Amino acid sequence: MIDKSMNPFLPYPVKIDEIITETGDHSLKTFKLVFLNKEDEEKFTFIPGQFCELSIPGKGEIPIGIASSPTEKGYLLFTVQKMGVVSGYLHSMKPGDIMGVRGPLGNWYPWDKMEGKNIVIIGGGCAFSTLRSSIVYIRAPENRKKFKQVTAVYGARCLDLLLYCDKLDEWKAGDDIDMHVTVDAIKDEETWRPEWHCNVGFVPSIVKEKVTSPADSIVIICGPPAMLKFTMPVLKDVGFTPEQIYLSLENRMKCGIGMCGRCNVGGKLVCKDGPVFSLAELGELPNET
Amino acid sequence: MTTKSFTKDALIKAADGLRKSYRVFVPVKVGKFHEFKLFEDGDKPDFEYRKTRKSPKGLIFPQSERMLEYSIDEHKPDHHIMKESPKDYSPQVVFGIRPYDAMSFKVMDVNFDTEDYKDPWWIKRYAATTLVGICRNDLDSKMFATENFSGPYDIRGLDVALYDLGDKYIAKSLTEKGEKALAAMGGNDVSAAELAAIEKLTPDTNAPQAAPTDKIKEKVVNDLFDSTMWEDIANGCINCGACTFLCPTCWCFDIQDEIHKREGDRLRIWDSCMFPLYTLHASGHNPRGKKVQRVRNRFMHKIKYYLDKYEKGIMCVGCGRCVEACPVNIDIRRVCELMNNFTK
Amino acid sequence: MTGYTEKIREAAKRLLTEKKVDCFIGFRKGSVPMVNYPVIVSDPAKADELIWDANCAMNLANYVIGRKDKVGILATGCVARNLVTLVQENQIKREQLYIIGLPCSGMIDKSQVIDKYGDVEIVSVIDKGDTFAVEAGDKTDVLKKADFLSRNCKICAHHNPIEYDEIIGDKVADPETYIKPEDVKKSESMSDAERWEFFEKTFSPCIRCYACRNACPMCYCPTCFVDESRPQWVGKSSDETDTLTFHFLRALHLAGRCTDCGACERACPIDIPVRYLTSRLNADAKEIYGFESGLDPKMRPLLDHYKLDDLNDFFK
Repeated sequence: MIDKSMNPFLPYPVKIDEIITETGDHSLKTFKLVFLNKEDEEKFTFIPGQFCELSIPGKGEIPIGIASSPTEKGYLLFTVQKMGVVSGYLHSMKPGDIMGVRGPLGNWYPWDKMEGKNIVIIGGGCAFSTLRSSIVYIRAPENRKKFKQVTAVYGARCLDLLLYCDKLDEWKAGDDIDMHVTVDAIKDEETWRPEWHCNVGFVPSIVKEKVTSPADSIVIICGPPAMLKFTMPVLKDVGFTPEQIYLSLENRMKCGIGMCGRCNVGGKLVCKDGPVFSLAELGELPNET
Repeated sequence: MTTKSFTKDALIKAADGLRKSYRVFVPVKVGKFHEFKLFEDGDKPDFEYRKTRKSPKGLIFPQSERMLEYSIDEHKPDHHIMKESPKDYSPQVVFGIRPYDAMSFKVMDVNFDTEDYKDPWWIKRYAATTLVGICRNDLDSKMFATENFSGPYDIRGLDVALYDLGDKYIAKSLTEKGEKALAAMGGNDVSAAELAAIEKLTPDTNAPQAAPTDKIKEKVVNDLFDSTMWEDIANGCINCGACTFLCPTCWCFDIQDEIHKREGDRLRIWDSCMFPLYTLHASGHNPRGKKVQRVRNRFMHKIKYYLDKYEKGIMCVGCGRCVEACPVNIDIRRVCELMNNFTK
Repeated sequence: MTGYTEKIREAAKRLLTEKKVDCFIGFRKGSVPMVNYPVIVSDPAKADELIWDANCAMNLANYVIGRKDKVGILATGCVARNLVTLVQENQIKREQLYIIGLPCSGMIDKSQVIDKYGDVEIVSVIDKGDTFAVEAGDKTDVLKKADFLSRNCKICAHHNPIEYDEIIGDKVADPETYIKPEDVKKSESMSDAERWEFFEKTFSPCIRCYACRNACPMCYCPTCFVDESRPQWVGKSSDETDTLTFHFLRALHLAGRCTDCGACERACPIDIPVRYLTSRLNADAKEIYGFESGLDPKMRPLLDHYKLDDLNDFFK
């Protein structure tokens, strides 16, 4: 949450330290941002699942999930898809450029409920960012023992569109989480081949194969609507209840602090009451996403 | 609590006198409609007015307001760093506000002054504002009573109440801010007869009737949401923003950046849930792309979501501006009735 | 026009029952005086809700845009011209429309009536043909409709629909000669500076609610230029330049398309005489090209055809 003594509309000034082009089609880039003021960095404490408003003077703001983990100190990572006015401009910016970050905003994955439990992480496409944050956070030596078995399924359309390949290497190599990566298809023209086994198939079918028991588990899931639509029945069949499944939503936002009105789903504001909701909570909200 | 008596002429002088220590806003007829404007030399305040066309919400929540400023000129050491724009928060009086409009600020306050986040502009300006309001039996038939406005003598939103006794006003301070303003207004001492007269004031037979909302609290959100009534309510809607822009309790806003040469402003601008752009994702997806979805959201927000969330009644003071101004006669009283009578 | 209601109900019921149309667009009695509620009726039993009087001034053509079904619709002279223009511009197919033509002697200007009564509240307004009864405060006046006609109706040259499938009522006499709007005459006598000042004064109070645009059946762009964000043509604040730009450009987009139905002016919540710009363009279209929009379904709109004898050199 933004420090209460601060004007919640005023972004922290940050500098772009590094830009990583994540995907072959250049549609996704990860921006490594460092705070201009040390005291701002100290004030900025967050929990995986939260987001920020990336603030570009003259262009506007966009809500983007924090991709780095609180255990990664000294910088913040945001993975941004080139889409609208602000993200389009952001993609043209260079290391060294100054911009703003407003946050952290929204709620987070239910870490208090997840402690002592098996964790299932399911992500698809560019929505994997806060799940990256979560996996890094879970794997940190001081945190790993808090959780039982951790299973992650991450899918993209093709190898070229997989995010965070260096991290995927690391997670696949480690034995502290059970990491499954899948692509819809491997295309001949893609020259990059990971050293680890990559499944071929849609996320729901990999989930069906790898997630076999709901016992003592919490699922956190974030992905495109089609993935969610077909994964939910799989989880239900496995025996998960709506109280065990947590999703992260997105909506058009402006203020990020529950005032400007537009991001509501029923009486809940995605920016402030969310973005993370349990499937049980969503069941009580109007179908309006 | 202090009471003072003013003749009608003396009240104008009292408002004028307040200009020494406050920025004073008064109702003035501009063109066809009354509106609140800064009291300047030569202005003729009209305290006998019934209703301003545009609500006075802009005095605390302007239609467009600069929030932050910055330079994108890379020659400047602080380029691209945003700063709060300096503002004038000197005390202001809205003199002659009607009690329903005064209540609207209370209705909106819960959105801007929250446990977690404080909107600095709203909070400072509301705190700097003293609301001196006129209580008179002259409310029209498009108005209606809600939990947030019960009738002409509902003084909950005011700092000073001015009771219209026909040939004079009796002013009563209701808050500390009001006490201070009244002290600066002067006025004559109030007689026992005058005091008795204001005690006796009651809403006349033309006073606004309540819109039926008593059963809405018990309805299930999703049942109301899925009702077929919305098609009928929304059919005629042309999706303009007249209702939302005239409404004294609609608070939704947009944030926009504007650059002039190399200097930039970040502005807050009233937005309307009636506009498709309000919810349009960058991807092109729109969760409320259809007219009926937007109309439903507006009324659900005002009449159900707000009620459930804050337990302070519906998000409406019954001023009837939307009823008067809607070009296609979408009448919020009818919507209240439909929602109240709804059964699954 | 007072006898139309029964006939409209009969026609709507018949068309819906015989399934000649899937829905019928008309008006229901409003909850406040001088504003009726546009309704889309699909159940024949609900046809009895339909009414007609001189307070049906919003333009029903607005509601046919993008419809896929077969639509019955009430059309006065101007509304029928809008329907023709929408057919010309491929917004609806003529076969989808079943037009009930209504010869129209003009609508009551709500804002003039309200002005007359000032602070005295108007309780009801009842159309009586050439007159109308206004109940205000504790008395009732009978006023001559001719004195309170909407400004566009006063100069209307096409009271009778030119395109319809059936017609209700007797034809109304049209003026024999072209009536130039007073505003246009006035603006022609002004200097450029005076005209600009008048324009600024008239349009700067606009609150950007876009009621004028949304009430207009010819403003159907999927994304209006003021809402476009890539690139953003117009700022969204209440900056006067942006406000004036909106009105200017909207008017230009309506050149040769506007039928002067007056819905824009009627819809404005703060009574801006929005027609000022469009009526000027209508006068230009009429005087320079002899063109009036929506009169002939076979004709193309003014700005999408050209003639070898065009006034401008660059066309030759």
